Amino acid sequence: MSVVFWKELADHFSSRRFMILLAIIVLTGVWAIYASGQSIRQDAESAPPEFVFLLLLTSQSGGLLSLATFLGLLGPLVGIMLGFDAISGEYARGTLSRVLSQPIYRDSLINGKFLAGLATVAVLWASVLLLVLGLGVTLVGFPPNAEELWRMLVFTIVGIFYVGFWLALALLFSLLFQRTVTAALGSLALWLFLTIFTPLIAQIAAAFIIADPSTPEAMVRQVDIANMISRISPSALYGETVQVMLNPLARGLGAALPEQTQGILLTPLALSQSLLLVLPQLTTLIALAAVCFAISYIKFMRAEIRA
Amino acid sequence: MSAVVETLSLTKRYRDLVAVNDLNLSVEEGEIFGFLGPNGAGKTTTILMLLGLTEPASGQAKVCGFDPTHRPLEVKKRVGYLPENPGFYDDLSGRENLFYIARLNRIPAAEARPRITRLLEQIGLGDDGDRAVREYSRGMKQRLGIAEVLVKEPQALILDEPTLGLDPDGAARILELITGLSRERGLTVLLSSHMLHQVQQMCHRVGIIVKGKLIAQGEVNQLGSAIFKERQWNFLLEVAGQPNGLESELRAVQGVAEIAPRTHGWFLRCNRDVRPELLSLVSKKGLSLLQLRSEDATLEDIYLKYFREA
Repeated sequence: MSVVFWKELADHFSSRRFMILLAIIVLTGVWAIYASGQSIRQDAESAPPEFVFLLLLTSQSGGLLSLATFLGLLGPLVGIMLGFDAISGEYARGTLSRVLSQPIYRDSLINGKFLAGLATVAVLWASVLLLVLGLGVTLVGFPPNAEELWRMLVFTIVGIFYVGFWLALALLFSLLFQRTVTAALGSLALWLFLTIFTPLIAQIAAAFIIADPSTPEAMVRQVDIANMISRISPSALYGETVQVMLNPLARGLGAALPEQTQGILLTPLALSQSLLLVLPQLTTLIALAAVCFAISYIKFMRAEIRA
Repeated sequence: MSAVVETLSLTKRYRDLVAVNDLNLSVEEGEIFGFLGPNGAGKTTTILMLLGLTEPASGQAKVCGFDPTHRPLEVKKRVGYLPENPGFYDDLSGRENLFYIARLNRIPAAEARPRITRLLEQIGLGDDGDRAVREYSRGMKQRLGIAEVLVKEPQALILDEPTLGLDPDGAARILELITGLSRERGLTVLLSSHMLHQVQQMCHRVGIIVKGKLIAQGEVNQLGSAIFKERQWNFLLEVAGQPNGLESELRAVQGVAEIAPRTHGWFLRCNRDVRPELLSLVSKKGLSLLQLRSEDATLEDIYLKYFREA
């Protein structure tokens, strides 16, 4: 497996595709940091001053997407780009039957490919984070504290799993469709559906279920139902997780009645408490990636490999 | 001598279609076996089963003493397989492609490098080994494929249509290479093809598969006598001049079973050697002989006959 892993990794890093991705991510990263650096002074007044670095990731300045949201949007594309031709590409080039007639277990090919993709994602994501840290220190003038570093690390890991899901999905599609283009378009279509249409559908469905949100309770329930439905989409899960992890002040997800929030202390949550809050989201995200990969795994192990 | 490849009532079904039907095949050590049949006859399916790349519906195969369905890795360690239209990683050089395959076979880098250089020399790509495969011609790719199956130093080679899409010269070079390798290393070779003329001379034995069934197996000339048991003497007789009445006299010659007119003469199927009689007949009639040729049952005849029956 390690042979496949290193070859795939080398392929990724030397591919033009990877260079383009890296350029896009780094450029937008720098831009977003620069922009949020401009507005950080105003935002810092609402956040406790000890979490300035997290603000770099979450502050939306001048209608610009925050870096965290932006990565959440771009991450799936990275996953899809790295995975959509994993199997279908080998198939199209006629290399698959040659490689599988070597004395290796079939799963080592698919495992090696998946892990190489994941490692590439990790390198990309980590480089963005390091960039943020580096630029952040020069912008803010002091280094981040331990709490912030931990939260950023969790953010990175969540991000890698999130992209891992899309990688596994693209891998599955590359197995189901023997044509590379079909696999790419299929993954992109599903991405569009889950990221853009699912929240809309969730809202419509919630409005349908609670037809008349006249009382505050009904309104809260409507929002809750919409949230629940939109959690089908991994993007929603990622969004919620990141929102809690990067904002220590967040104490819950979804809407809350004024009575419920009354008397709540505006102190930041401890890291462990924040983690506890998003544990369901986090585990679901990992489970989704695992299920996707498992399906491809089973499918691939039983497939007939024809030249 | 022992069988390197052996199948026992090997059968493969795709839904209603029986792709390979009750196949019994045996390839002896050190021989070149031609697995012949038209497109879609089940050659590739059989080969995939031999390598454990697909599972048989019933029956058994044994390759190098192992069952490919249950122990595919043992088979793949010992058998070099060249698929139809082999593909390579276009961005890598020929040498890098071979190196990857060597690493997948767990050959240490220090051992693989000199071996690959030697193989590239042997197949005539010594100077092109470091060029990217995308620049290779079809014939070069096919030769690279031959080098690739040899990287693991196999006991047997399974080659699926190794001459497909090559010009006659390129095809001849590949076949020469295979023959030489088989002789030099004592390799057992099973090669599938639908091109009879190309492989006829080089195969020790052939098996003919049509619609999933193996309809004949054996040496080329044995196959001939098996089919044309009673009329294995076929002649082409051509004469110049006005051969009035010659045909009826030819028909009267004892031993001539069948007679069919050709442009300048006749094609005769006989059950014995009637050449002396034919010659005296021609000279008696005062005709000049253009040619009298004995036509053997070539593989082509065999092939055509089986195809007509199939």
